[in-house]
Amino acid sequence: MCLGIPGKVIEITGEDFVRTGKVDFDGIVKEVSLAYVPDVGIGDYVIVHVGFAITQLDEASAHETLALLRQLDVVREELDPEVALAAQRARATGNAT
Amino acid sequence: MKYLDEFRDPEVALRLIEEIKELATRRWVLMEVCGGQTHSIIRNGIDQLLPDAVEMVHGPGCPVCVTPLETIDKALAIAARDDVIFCSFGDMLRVPGSDEDLFQVKGGGGDIRVVYSPLDAVAIAKDNPDKEVVFFGIGFETTAPANAMAVYQASQDGLENFSMLVSHVLVPPAMCAILDSPHNRVQAFLAAGHVCSVMGYEEYYAICQKYKTPIVVTGFEPLDLLQGIKAAVIQLEDGKAEVHNAYQRAVRPEGNLPAREMIADVFAVTDRTWRGIGMIPVSGWKLSDRYRELDASVRFSVEGIQSKESELCHAGEVLQGTLKPDECPAFGKECTPRTPLGALMVSSEGACAAYFHSGRFARAVAL
Repeated sequence: MCLGIPGKVIEITGEDFVRTGKVDFDGIVKEVSLAYVPDVGIGDYVIVHVGFAITQLDEASAHETLALLRQLDVVREELDPEVALAAQRARATGNAT
Repeated sequence: MKYLDEFRDPEVALRLIEEIKELATRRWVLMEVCGGQTHSIIRNGIDQLLPDAVEMVHGPGCPVCVTPLETIDKALAIAARDDVIFCSFGDMLRVPGSDEDLFQVKGGGGDIRVVYSPLDAVAIAKDNPDKEVVFFGIGFETTAPANAMAVYQASQDGLENFSMLVSHVLVPPAMCAILDSPHNRVQAFLAAGHVCSVMGYEEYYAICQKYKTPIVVTGFEPLDLLQGIKAAVIQLEDGKAEVHNAYQRAVRPEGNLPAREMIADVFAVTDRTWRGIGMIPVSGWKLSDRYRELDASVRFSVEGIQSKESELCHAGEVLQGTLKPDECPAFGKECTPRTPLGALMVSSEGACAAYFHSGRFARAVAL
């Protein structure tokens, strides 16, 4: 029920409570209410739940989180040969999650 | 899909699991509150990859599962009326009432329609002025802005044939109820990310402080969940209890203010019975007095319903984290997705459905 899917706003019509947008979910375009995200513009990403954008996706924060997670890997692999070995094994089997 | 796939990277996930293994020096019990998180954990096998020192128990965050049986029975009675078009999210259709479910009412001639958005129900009401259109307004805080907007727009448009059967539930009071229980085992919470997208996380500070329990706002993808678990384990190991946001790309401290304003206008806090758990004070929303005439439970007085729960179903214990689905004696036997005894076996967020569809059978214990 609380599923929220990130999508890119590609068109906006209407204002205030009937502010509506077309949102692109990797090729599938759906009409979504943008009434609760008044600052969102075309090209921005939103998280959509039952036809409503409930929040703007903070892209800078997303990239920062990913960079941190990936960087952590690199540093750890460099510092710890056992970790590097485990990572190689994981890459070889590739079925972690 | 962008901003989903990156957070499913198996290599990074394995690294996070290794880090959690190194961090945990004793056994910790964590609860993910949201049913969407439960499904992600089970589907991705995260609970099985984690070290034995970290146990995930599954929370009550499945609105379909906790909608009280009396309300389901009321919905069934309204949906069976000739003058009604009953609209609902698809998840509700197979939830067992006392005698039948919405699918069976539909099979018997009831006009029941599955909608994607509550605004679809408003549109159906506009298109069918000679029918009463009732929307089954369930959900946690995540769904409340959408349901509130449907009520607001129907009211603005003067749609007299639209009403809503409301059974909204709230996460923070349920977390407190779990921590207050004498059977509680939960030592840290992964708070539901999208609930916090709407409501923010400021109200968690008081809970954190009162119960000395870490609360980590967490997303839904494997890396989000592992990041949340890691942040909780770090706090537990350090003897800390703080509110931490591990889902920053989607959650601000104050949540979504325009959405919260609309919710405050349309809904009012009320005591709510949770199916399988019982009454939790101030744990729900009903329509505020201003929108009382759009309340389907007022518009359709449905009397004389005798609700009766299955005696074999242990949903309440599963919802409170004291029993895992595969420990229930009826799991996979009397209770399957085809013959559900409780809502947890049919909801897309139900813990029993997550275990069943991931082939987790095995551990039934004598209760």
